[in-house]
Amino acid sequence: MTFLSALSQGPPRVVTAGAGLLDEALAAQAVPTTPVAWRPPLPGTADALARVLADPRRQAANELAVRRLTTARPRLVGVRRASEALAGPLDGAFLHAGPPITWERASGPMRGALVGAMMLEGRAGDEHEAARRLAAGEVALRPCHEHGAVGPMAGVVSPSMWLFEVRDEEHGGTAYCSLNEGLGKVLRYGAYGPEVLERLRWMDEVLGPVLAAALAAAGPLDLRALAAQALQMGDELHNRNRAATSLLLRALAPAVAEAAPDRAAQVLRFIDGNDHFFLNAGMAAAKAATDAARDVPGSSLVVAMARNGTDFGVQVSGLGGRWFTGPAGVPDGLYLGSYGPADANPDIGDSTITETAGLGGFAMAASPAIVRFVGGEVADAVRATLSMYEITLAEHPAYQIPGLGFRGTPVGVDVTLVARTGLLPVVNTGIAGRVPGTGQVGAGLVKPPVEAFTAALLALADEVSDPFENGHISTSARQ
Amino acid sequence: MSGEVVLVRQGAYHDSVQLMRVSRALAETPGVEAAMVAMATELNVAVIRDLGFTVPPAAPGDLLIAVRAADPAAAVAEADRRLAALEPAAPGGEAGQPPLTTGSAIRRTPAGLVLVSVPGEHAFCEAHDAVLAGLPVMIFSDGVPVAQERRLKELAEQRGVLVMGPDCGTASIGGVGLGFANVLAPGPVGVVAASGTGAQQVTSLLDWAGTGVSHILGVGGRDLSAEVGGLSTLRALRLLEEDPATELIVLVSKPAAPEVARAVEEAAAGLSKPVVRALLGRPSPASSAPVGLVAADLTAAAEAALRALGRPVPAWPSWPGRPPRGAPKAIKGLYSGGTLSAEAALVAGQGDFVDYGDDAYTRGRAHPMIDPTLRVEALARATETDVVLLDVVLGHAADPDPAATLVPAVARTPAAAVVVALVGTEGDPQDPHRQAAALREAGAAVHLSNAQAARHARSLL
Repeated sequence: MTFLSALSQGPPRVVTAGAGLLDEALAAQAVPTTPVAWRPPLPGTADALARVLADPRRQAANELAVRRLTTARPRLVGVRRASEALAGPLDGAFLHAGPPITWERASGPMRGALVGAMMLEGRAGDEHEAARRLAAGEVALRPCHEHGAVGPMAGVVSPSMWLFEVRDEEHGGTAYCSLNEGLGKVLRYGAYGPEVLERLRWMDEVLGPVLAAALAAAGPLDLRALAAQALQMGDELHNRNRAATSLLLRALAPAVAEAAPDRAAQVLRFIDGNDHFFLNAGMAAAKAATDAARDVPGSSLVVAMARNGTDFGVQVSGLGGRWFTGPAGVPDGLYLGSYGPADANPDIGDSTITETAGLGGFAMAASPAIVRFVGGEVADAVRATLSMYEITLAEHPAYQIPGLGFRGTPVGVDVTLVARTGLLPVVNTGIAGRVPGTGQVGAGLVKPPVEAFTAALLALADEVSDPFENGHISTSARQ
Repeated sequence: MSGEVVLVRQGAYHDSVQLMRVSRALAETPGVEAAMVAMATELNVAVIRDLGFTVPPAAPGDLLIAVRAADPAAAVAEADRRLAALEPAAPGGEAGQPPLTTGSAIRRTPAGLVLVSVPGEHAFCEAHDAVLAGLPVMIFSDGVPVAQERRLKELAEQRGVLVMGPDCGTASIGGVGLGFANVLAPGPVGVVAASGTGAQQVTSLLDWAGTGVSHILGVGGRDLSAEVGGLSTLRALRLLEEDPATELIVLVSKPAAPEVARAVEEAAAGLSKPVVRALLGRPSPASSAPVGLVAADLTAAAEAALRALGRPVPAWPSWPGRPPRGAPKAIKGLYSGGTLSAEAALVAGQGDFVDYGDDAYTRGRAHPMIDPTLRVEALARATETDVVLLDVVLGHAADPDPAATLVPAVARTPAAAVVVALVGTEGDPQDPHRQAAALREAGAAVHLSNAQAARHARSLL
C-alpha cells in the first residue's frame, strides 16, 4: 500500500520543520501537526552536516555502534595492581585523565596528583624534587583512555595503585579504573600531603589485596544490573553513587569477611564511609561499554568525553583514537565551605565516561536527591534528561528512569545531533581546587566546549568520500 | 524627540514570516516611526541600513531588532513581548522539551508526511531524517544545492519514498494542502507538477469547472534536469497510476533535459491512465502523446483534462477593469509565481517580466505571496505607458487579504492599466469574488486564467 492509498484512513499527521505559517495553514485545515522547534545548526557546520549525513555508511554504522554500546555486559571480574594489569603500557609511565597533556600545560590539580604519585612510587623525596623530575620529562605521561583505563578527576595511575578490572562479557573488552580514595584531601583532586600518601599506602597494602581476594571468592559482579538497580534507587551514577555503593558493599561484605576476617571491619568501614566508592567501578563499566562501540567506520557516535584540567576532548567511533579538543570550562555548582568560583580549576577527569554511556547528567531525572548541585529544581533534572534525548541515538534498554515511566536513559551522543541542535551534553562533575594540593572545592555542572564537537564533525566530513558524486542517476532513473 | 536602538541577539532564531509579522505589528504601534525585527542576513542588514539605522556587526544567525521611536525601550519591550509569543508551546507529555530535529519529531508521534521549510542550506538534514524514516517529504525550501537534491532523491529511490521539491511551493495529499494550497474539492484528477503556481492555476480552473483533484504531487523545478534525472516525477507518476482515486493525470512540466524528457514520456506512455502534458516553454520533440493531451499553456491543459474526462469546458470568468489611460506601449509583468510569469511572457509575446518569487528576491525575506512590499513598490514605479500585469494567488498560507494592500497600490499607480490574473477557488479563505470585486473597484481588470489575462494585457497595447 502506498502512502497515497493509506490516506483513506484519514489525513496524516504532518511533521513541520521551518516556517510557522505553513504549520498554521495545516492547523487551519484541521490537520494534526508535530512542529519541530528548529534552529540553525552551529555556525560553520552546514556543509559538513550534509556530507556526514549523506555518508551511505552512517546509518548502519551508528546502529551497530550504539547497539554495541547498549548491549555491553560489563562485569567486575577482579581487582589488580596496575603494575601487573597494565605492565606493558605503564612501563614507568604515569597515566592521566583526559586527552594528552604535558607537564607545562598541566593544571594545578593535575600537577598535584602527578607530584603525589612520584612520592608514592618513591621516585622523589619531596614535592620539589617530584616537580623538577616531572618538568624534566623523566616520566612519560599517557592518557588513561589510550590504555583501556579511565581515571576520575586527575586520574593519575601509577604502578603501585590498584585497579578495578571490568570485562564486557558480550564483546570481550576489558577496562580498568583506580579505587576510590574517599573525599576531602585526595590525590585525584590534586592533594598530596602526608595523609593522602598514607591512605594510598593503606589502599595498596590492605584494601586492594582484600578486595581482590573477596572478588575472587564472590565471583564476577554484574555491574550493568547493579547500575540499573541504583538508578531506580535515586543515583545518577556520576555525582550520586550512594545506592550503588550500598549495593556493592552488600554484595561484597560476606566475601570480605571470609577473605580477611582480621581486616574486614576496616575495609568495610572505608567503603561505607565513601558514598562514591562505586563510581570508579561504574566508570570502568562505562569504559568497557563505550570501547565496544569504537572503530566503526562512518559512525558519528561519541565514544569518549574526557578532560585533563586544561582541555576537554572527545573521541568518535568512526575516527579511531583521534582527540578533538577545546578549552575545559569552569563548572557551575555549589562550593564546599568558604571556597568559591575563584578557587575552581577548569573541568577535569575521565568521569564523563558515565555521560558517554548514558548515565550521570543524562540520567539526572532519576536522581532528584542531587538536583541542588546542578540547577535547583527537580523539574530542571527532568528537563536535562529530556533534552539529552535530542542529541542521542538510543534509549538504554537496561538503565531506566522510574519517574519517566521507566523510559531508558538517553545514550549515545551523536556529533551531528549536537551540531544540528546546538545542545551540548549535560555533564555532572566534581570541582577541583586550582592550586595544587587543595583537593575538592565543590561539585556541579559543566558545559563542554562546542569546538570539540564541531572539530569532530568536520573531521568526519573529511573522511566521507564525495557523497554527492555517486552518479547512480542514469541507472536508477531507468528502473 | 525620538531615539533609535539596534540590538543584536545571538542565536535567537525565528523564521522570516513570523519576524515580518512582528516587524509590521511593531511599525504600526503608536509612537514607533520605523521598526524591523529580522535575522541578520545580508539582505536584511541592507534593508535596515536603508531605513537609516547604523547596524553593528552581526552574523546571519543573529536576530536584529531595530526601532526608531518616541520611547525606544518601550518599543523593544513590545518586540520582546511579540517574540515571546512566537515560542512554540511545549507538546504534552514532554514538558519543556519540544523536538529539535525532524528525526526527533518523527520518533515521538506517528506521522505520515514531513514538510520542510527551513532555509535551503539546512533543508537537507531535515529532509534526510524523513527519507531515512521512510516518510514522504515536501521540501518547500529553495536554495538547496542540486547535489543534495540528487542525493536525497537517490536515497528516496532506494527506500520507495516520494521527495517533493526542493522549491516545491504547493502539494495536496488526499485533500490536505501543503505549502501554498488552494481549497480544492476531491475528484479524479491527479497532478504531477514541476511548478507550484502552474499546478495551482490548472487545479483552480478545474475546480471552477466543477472537477476535483485527487492529489497534487509537486516535484520541484529542477527535478527534470539532467542532474536530478526526473526521479521524483517518475515516482509520482507511478504513485498516481496505483492510486484508485485518480482517473487522469496532468503533468505540469518545465523544459526538461532531453534524456529526462524521453524517460518521462516513456513512463507516461506506459501508464493505463491518460496523461495530459502541460509543457511550458517549448514542446517536447520526443512527445509521443496523443495530440489532444498536449497543451501549450496551463489553461489549455485544464481544458484538455476536462475534455478527456468528457466534461464541458466553461467560459473562464473575468471582471473588466476601467479603460486604459493614455496610450499604453509596454507590458510590465510583476509576478509572484515563476511559471505564471513565464506563461504570461510567452502568451503576451512581449514585455518586461519579473518573478518576485525567484530566489534572488526571497533570500532572507518572505515570499511575495505573503509579503507584497516589493510589488507594491514596483506598482508605484510604473510609468504612464505601462500595462501592469500581475498575479494574485489565493489559498492557504498566502496573504489572508491580498486586495487590502494591492487595492491602494493599484489605485495610485501611474500605469495606464492594471491586469490581474487571480488564481484561486471559491473555497479559498480569501474568497475570489471579494478579491476580484475589490481589485476591479480600484480599476484593475481581473481574469481567472493567467493566459487570458496576458492576452487581455496585450490587447490593450
